[in-house]
Amino acid sequence: MAKLQVGVVSPEREIWSGEADMVVAKTVDGEIGIMPRHAPVLGVLVEGGVLRVKRGDGGADLVAAVHGGFISVADNQVSVLAEAAELGSEVDVAAARDALERAQASIEADADDAEAALAAKRARARLRAAGEDA
Amino acid sequence: MGAQLRLLRRRIKSVRSTAKITRAQELIASSRIVKAQARMAAAVPYEREITRAVSAVVSGTTSVSHPLTVAKENPAKAGVLIVTSDRGFAGGFNANLLREAEALAGLLRDRGVMPVPFVAGRKGIAWHSFRGRPMGASWSGFSDNPTYAHAKEIADTLIEAFKDENGIDEIHIVSTSFVSMLTQAVVVKRVLPLEIEVTTEAPAAGPLPYFEFEPTADGVLDTLLPRYVESRIFNALLQSAASEHAARRRAMKSATDNANELIRVFTQQMNQARQAEITQEISEIVGGANALADAAAGKE
Repeated sequence: MAKLQVGVVSPEREIWSGEADMVVAKTVDGEIGIMPRHAPVLGVLVEGGVLRVKRGDGGADLVAAVHGGFISVADNQVSVLAEAAELGSEVDVAAARDALERAQASIEADADDAEAALAAKRARARLRAAGEDA
Repeated sequence: MGAQLRLLRRRIKSVRSTAKITRAQELIASSRIVKAQARMAAAVPYEREITRAVSAVVSGTTSVSHPLTVAKENPAKAGVLIVTSDRGFAGGFNANLLREAEALAGLLRDRGVMPVPFVAGRKGIAWHSFRGRPMGASWSGFSDNPTYAHAKEIADTLIEAFKDENGIDEIHIVSTSFVSMLTQAVVVKRVLPLEIEVTTEAPAAGPLPYFEFEPTADGVLDTLLPRYVESRIFNALLQSAASEHAARRRAMKSATDNANELIRVFTQQMNQARQAEITQEISEIVGGANALADAAAGKE
């Protein structure tokens, strides 16, 4: 079966690129799973989503926290353009947990604090990407 | 004579310390160019992909009418983003840039469009405030090491002004592009409204596929276009940073060379002056001794 050519890039660097069997991302419409020979799609990713790249061939799945951006699919090429992204293996779990706690504290103080809500979302995505509960 | 010798010695000392500073600046700049170039290269994949996505959306939808792509019929104001450096010591880097920005402003005025400068970098800000020119906005403190957050901040301000009814109708960027270590060129680009090229020729890589959009074409454009502008600005900032270091390295190299040449000339003059002093002293002593000898001979 044909493989997908996947590239995960953020404005400051290329985070990962390689081949994969399947890519699962979360767009504003919901989760989207992409397998080889998928129709061309351009989707907007949600803030604080988790991207999962199934590598197949016994390789471990690549998991990354992706904050905003796009996914574009054409001719078995998948590009994930993230405004900010972090591989699960690179996440500093303690820092993310700390950020989540702080965000939750400010949400409790002020329920309409949109910035804190966003920070909490991001922190959760980072924790989930790292394989922790959040 | 002694005074001249002292003067030369003092000048050599001062030129030598200047040379030390310029040499250090040169070395710092050379090491930073490499880093700046690496950052430029790291940003390339994102930029390539986002440009591809924009062209896919724009050519895939039959009628593109998004506020960010449509040119106003009677543009009244144009925002000009001028990317200067925070520090000097970089030769003609900022002067060239500001001259080009002035030329663009002249062109815009000829078209009946009022240019509004948006300035990044302390040097550009100083230039504008010295002349009492109003600025749309200004940013500073990151010219030699810009991050994406800086680009986003600038883009947000510009897009906000662009969307405003009474704001700006066009966005231009004047920045320095890094061609090579030795060549940097000032470039003027229009970012918004997007220039859509209508061609009948098929693109080299075959027709772009028809995309499905999630959620909708308009929704994708709404988020895609600001990101595209951010990425253009980020690219301009990175290129400008690399160019700044390259320009500084060159300027500091020629300053160091000049200082070394000056030291050589002054040393020569100093040696001459010292020799002249010694010669004079000897001839004075000999003259004095002769006079004494003559006087003694006269007595006998």
